[in-house]
Amino acid sequence: MPELPGLMKGLNVTLRTMLRPAVTTQYPHVKEAPPSRARGVIALKEENCTVCMLCARQCPVWCIYIEGHKTKAPPRRAGGKPRTVQLLDRFDIDYSLCMYCGICVEVCPFDALFWSPEYEYSEPHIADLLHDKDRLGQWMEAVPEPEPLEAGAVAKKK
Amino acid sequence: MSMLTEHQQRAYIGGQAAEARVNLELETDGMTLNIGPQHPATHGTLRIITRLDGEQVISAEPVMGYMHRGYEKLTEVRTYPQINTLINRIDWLSSFANEVPFILAAERLMEIEAPPRAQWIRTIFFELSRIANITLFLGEMGVQLGAITAVFYAFRDREHVLNQIEAATGGRFHPNYDRIGGLKEDLPKGWVAETKSVMAKVRDFCDEMETLVGTNEIFETRTRGIGVIPVEVALGYGLSGANIRASGLDWDLRRDSDTPLAWKEVDWKVWTHPDGDSFARYWVRLQETREATLIVDQLLDGLPAGPIMAKVPRIIKVPPGEAWVATENPLGEMGYYLVSKGDLGPFRVKIRTPSFNNISIVPWVLKGVYVPDVITILASLYFILGDIDR
Amino acid sequence: MTLALELAYWQQLAIKVLAILVIVPTATAIIVQTFLFKMMAHMQSRLGPMEAGPHGTLQLMADGAKFVQKELLAPARADRRVFTLAPVVVLLSTFLLFVVIPAGPGIVAENLDLGIFFALAVSSISVLGVLMAGWASANKYALMGGLRAAGQLIAYELPLVLAVVGVVIQAGDLSLQGIVRAQAEGEIFGFGLIGLPFVLTQFLGFALFLIATQAELTQPPFDMPVAESELVAGFQVEYSGLQFLYFYLGEFGAAFAFSALAATMFLGGWWVPGLDLEGGLLANVVGPVVLFAKTMAVAFVIFWIRFTYPRLREDQLQSFAWKYLIPLSLVNILVTGAFKVIF
Ligand code: SF4
Ligand code: SF4
Repeated sequence: MPELPGLMKGLNVTLRTMLRPAVTTQYPHVKEAPPSRARGVIALKEENCTVCMLCARQCPVWCIYIEGHKTKAPPRRAGGKPRTVQLLDRFDIDYSLCMYCGICVEVCPFDALFWSPEYEYSEPHIADLLHDKDRLGQWMEAVPEPEPLEAGAVAKKK
Repeated sequence: MSMLTEHQQRAYIGGQAAEARVNLELETDGMTLNIGPQHPATHGTLRIITRLDGEQVISAEPVMGYMHRGYEKLTEVRTYPQINTLINRIDWLSSFANEVPFILAAERLMEIEAPPRAQWIRTIFFELSRIANITLFLGEMGVQLGAITAVFYAFRDREHVLNQIEAATGGRFHPNYDRIGGLKEDLPKGWVAETKSVMAKVRDFCDEMETLVGTNEIFETRTRGIGVIPVEVALGYGLSGANIRASGLDWDLRRDSDTPLAWKEVDWKVWTHPDGDSFARYWVRLQETREATLIVDQLLDGLPAGPIMAKVPRIIKVPPGEAWVATENPLGEMGYYLVSKGDLGPFRVKIRTPSFNNISIVPWVLKGVYVPDVITILASLYFILGDIDR
Repeated sequence: MTLALELAYWQQLAIKVLAILVIVPTATAIIVQTFLFKMMAHMQSRLGPMEAGPHGTLQLMADGAKFVQKELLAPARADRRVFTLAPVVVLLSTFLLFVVIPAGPGIVAENLDLGIFFALAVSSISVLGVLMAGWASANKYALMGGLRAAGQLIAYELPLVLAVVGVVIQAGDLSLQGIVRAQAEGEIFGFGLIGLPFVLTQFLGFALFLIATQAELTQPPFDMPVAESELVAGFQVEYSGLQFLYFYLGEFGAAFAFSALAATMFLGGWWVPGLDLEGGLLANVVGPVVLFAKTMAVAFVIFWIRFTYPRLREDQLQSFAWKYLIPLSLVNILVTGAFKVIF
């Protein structure tokens, strides 16, 4: 049955912790900055998107809704033929379904999707979690520059 | 009484005895107590039906499946990258460790080997997720026995580890960082130094836990000799991980299997404990957490330079075949049996999760213990609900 | 009663009842706020409630308001009358405890000659309430909790009483005022300036009393009856709203009362050197402050242990009581008696 030492050492631990400052962050008043790689919200760069639907098809929960139409754009070089381009009509991500896996960002071949560590977009109504392409476009401001890599890494060629 | 014949006396005594037996049976009939499915000791929705005689358990039966999410079936209709993100959620406390055996199985079928740097980083994250998982166990065990403070320390220091995982992978809980042929991206600058300081913090945390809980005499009286599992029984029920090492079996897949991960490159020790009781399980896990910090430190020191991705086709199709890869996850042996028919997704995946087997010993080990010990034993066996039900 | 000398009996009574009715919730609130919210939080490296009022000081008001608003639920098969009565019984026991604790030469609701005896007697009424709650809830967890609580409280009642016997022998008085006086007038080898707080001679008794108090309050390491990780909350499991608040008040009010008792019996109560034992305004004003400070010191130790230790199993804590605490307290009585005879 109880001898003193172990019990006393335990008391010491709690007392010491009490005298040290607490680690709590008072969230709405004080904010912790998430690391720049954090998967907070997906930002869409509309100009880059070619409506290829890869992201919508690869998403494991199919929570990306895309609609687009074809249109003619002026030729790139003078005298060339007018190009056919796809224009986005609708690009919605339903964040109430999204599981933040990042597959859509990874598969996008045209660099139209980016992660932003921004996380404050909770809504009282679940339907408001469906971000349309304007809302997704606004997140572009919050996309950080890619970080430098640790020593020994080989930079990715893309 | 003298007026009664002997026959009458006997009938009387017999009647009394019969009545007594009826009463006896009524008394020991026991009470059925449902522990769970929603009970604080089951960390989730495990249900244990116990029959009690007073406070003593006559029989106990675990009922699983309240959290069944059908991952084995789901994998058949998803592609490999998608599966990778799904299986993160099996043992949600050490998500990265779930990815590794699956990816290794796929790599084996595709005959791809990730470059050494990727293997080392994989090992680092594997151990980090082990730490993130077991720190919580160390606190949880305290709180199950009434020492509420322990769990707050666990959450406090686990936070540092999660921050490191997030800084590199982008996801705190579900990193989805492993890829067939390598990793998603390389580490950010400054990560190695930062992780080293976190490892020192985790070691401090282990010391703190040891003084607060591990060497506490009340804790020892509650756990020593409680829920003893002899090694033969443990083997019979298919226990693995720290549970079987606490029964004295020196068996660790990190050392004993031939995965291409980097454990063989560093110097570490497999901890065992001869007793097989709840205290031994706690103690082994505590030592393993310390050992894991040392492994991470060594791996960080020797991290080779180079690419992190082998050459992999853009659209991943795994050639037909079957592969079984198991690794030593924080909870025990976790393995995937992967059957591929050459499609975008597997034909069938069998997932062997450690908690499922670890919990199967419950009817055996709970027989005859007191109700408070039920909680001690469940806590010390340590299971994650998602890992049981998948 | 120096303060209320000119008042009629019923007026005195009304004042006393009112005072107790005010003091108990206040004391409970202070205990909960300081220890349960803040000290516990800081021991766990947290801050605790911070939003309600400056530094979260009004959190209790918010909690209280929340409890009052909640619906009173009773299980369908509960024994309604017993079920509703149980929290009241527990609360009553706490209220009665405060009656005999003196906070100054003139500040005591009723200076009974058998003060300490009365206090210990009414404190065990709460066992009844706990048992009633456990039984009437028609819940297996509650039943087990109630039975455990009953067994434990009875087992620890003994060392509690026996620990006090040492003090009573030394003071030669059963009234709490008498015990305070005995400590104030005592001398340490002829050095009488600080009196003789009985903690110096009755250190064993003090330790035993604290341990037994811990068990009486069903706090870790003796909180098996309410063990939230296995019995969820033991006998309180089916209670909601105001009735739960009663239990809450009862528990932490009792924590305050027991700390105050310990402070009175072992730390010299409201008396500090320089105070007039016989009365006077100064003693009556400073007395409560002194007692409060000492009570908080004792409560700190009690709660410190609460937040640090895991809990003992029911049979372990029973055998701890019967095998260690009770023999030790008997030894304590024996030694105290022997010294009393010798000196
Ligand atoms: S992060 Fe994953 S779940 Fe979310 S939209 Fe992208 S692919 Fe879908
Ligand atoms: S994958 Fe990229 S380019 Fe294709 S539809 Fe999605 S966002 Fe647009």
